[in-house]
Amino acid sequence: MSEATRAEYCVIACAEAWRDAGEILASPMGVIPSVGARLARLTFAPDLLLTDGEAMLVRPDGTPEGWLPYRQHLALVTGGRRHVMMGASQIDRYGNQNISCIGDWERPKRQLLGVRGAPVNTLNNPTSYWVPRHSRRVFVEKVDMVCGVGYDHADGARHHRIPRVVSDLGVFDFATPDHAMRLASLHPGVTLDEVVAATGFELAVPDEVAATRAPTAEESRLIREVLDPANNRSREVGS
Amino acid sequence: MSADEAVHRLHSGMTLGIGGWGSRRKPMALVRALLRSEVTDLTVVSYGGPDVGMLAAAGRIRRLVTAFVTLDSIPLEPHYRAARERGAFELTEIDEAMFMWGLRAAANRLPFLPVRAGIGSDVMRVNPGLRTVTSPYDDGETFVAMPALRLDAALVHVNRADRQGNGQYLGPDPYFDDLFCEAAEAAYVSCERVVDTAELTKEAPPQSLLVKRHTVTGVVEAPNGAHFTSCAPDYGRDEAFQRTYATTPWPEFTERFLGGDEQTYQSAVREAGA
Repeated sequence: MSEATRAEYCVIACAEAWRDAGEILASPMGVIPSVGARLARLTFAPDLLLTDGEAMLVRPDGTPEGWLPYRQHLALVTGGRRHVMMGASQIDRYGNQNISCIGDWERPKRQLLGVRGAPVNTLNNPTSYWVPRHSRRVFVEKVDMVCGVGYDHADGARHHRIPRVVSDLGVFDFATPDHAMRLASLHPGVTLDEVVAATGFELAVPDEVAATRAPTAEESRLIREVLDPANNRSREVGS
Repeated sequence: MSADEAVHRLHSGMTLGIGGWGSRRKPMALVRALLRSEVTDLTVVSYGGPDVGMLAAAGRIRRLVTAFVTLDSIPLEPHYRAARERGAFELTEIDEAMFMWGLRAAANRLPFLPVRAGIGSDVMRVNPGLRTVTSPYDDGETFVAMPALRLDAALVHVNRADRQGNGQYLGPDPYFDDLFCEAAEAAYVSCERVVDTAELTKEAPPQSLLVKRHTVTGVVEAPNGAHFTSCAPDYGRDEAFQRTYATTPWPEFTERFLGGDEQTYQSAVREAGA
């Protein structure tokens, strides 16, 4: 089997967010997190619940196993039995996330989606983030609108947790004394300088930087032959 | 009643709830009727899709209450974005769960409901009127006291209804259409087909009876009335037409598709697709 692509490393990095998660709902947003969640379900997180993106809970092959309309989905969030991986138009050092607008909220330069469920997600269940194009436009000193709550705004809220941020360059977490973002691993082929240059704030960097793990042969097979044979992942992250 | 008759009961300055979600099962025939009317200066409460995009583009919205506006397969609603970026209306931006609890509070005649959402986020900054409430029990946790989202009127679209206003959805998700109706002083339900009451449960289970007649003021038969949003299982989203909507300048779109009545619209759509 040919070597793993950058997109496939990203799939693994996303999938790892749900390792040993138990019987909770995985809510991936984006192609690569979706492949990652289903990969986790097929391998090291067999109890995960998945949705079809609408109102059904489904097995990885699409077979319905439950009903989860939006009203129940929102109730499930507040029950905490979920780990969501959201996108981020901006994310800052403490994990505040913005998907609402760019510029002044009163009169935005660019209107985006709106806060959606980011405020309720971040106060109720683990919330991770996926950024397919790591740049200083996304990794900013301060977000324009706090949608997902970061550690400096959470004030120790009892169910607040941001397990990881995955980008096309690496994996990041908040395992620092003040919960500032830290580089957890670099994807193969990415240099530390590259990440630092593409990040608009001072990133905590450990003395020894780990490498994102490679997919196993079986994981590669599942990704390429079962979960994403059309290779949609490569449209989200090029090689 | 007809869509125009329903809209005739609405007036400028109202708070209007619109059911569906994003670009899914939106009461578009009623929205199109609204666009044909003079009704304006609206406070629109919606999990927003093209309903919001069109009303914003047409300048009918004074204030929008929402958590997002999207066309789903096209993530950003272009007409909404343009209107927002030119400062065309005021915005009350709240979280999806806050929105739901606001409707529940209204439906239950409560002034507010506590919700674990909003605190720590800029939802608090951009809504300075939001208050918090502290649990009177030992936990002492502080919550947002989400005020009731009371509606003067609600517009929803379902698959079937009888003449009395019992509305049935046959797709996978009820969205919040029953809540919109319960939270409103008056609710207008459009449907793909008006059927006899007995027919509602002939082939579908009783839990598909989403909207109850005591919450409904008027029923409108509007075949293809959610177009171009989805109305499963009757039809999916008209993606090609949605792309046309998203890429056509608003004045040109109105001229091509919204100049006449609903029938004219539906034939213009068929022509565009041919």
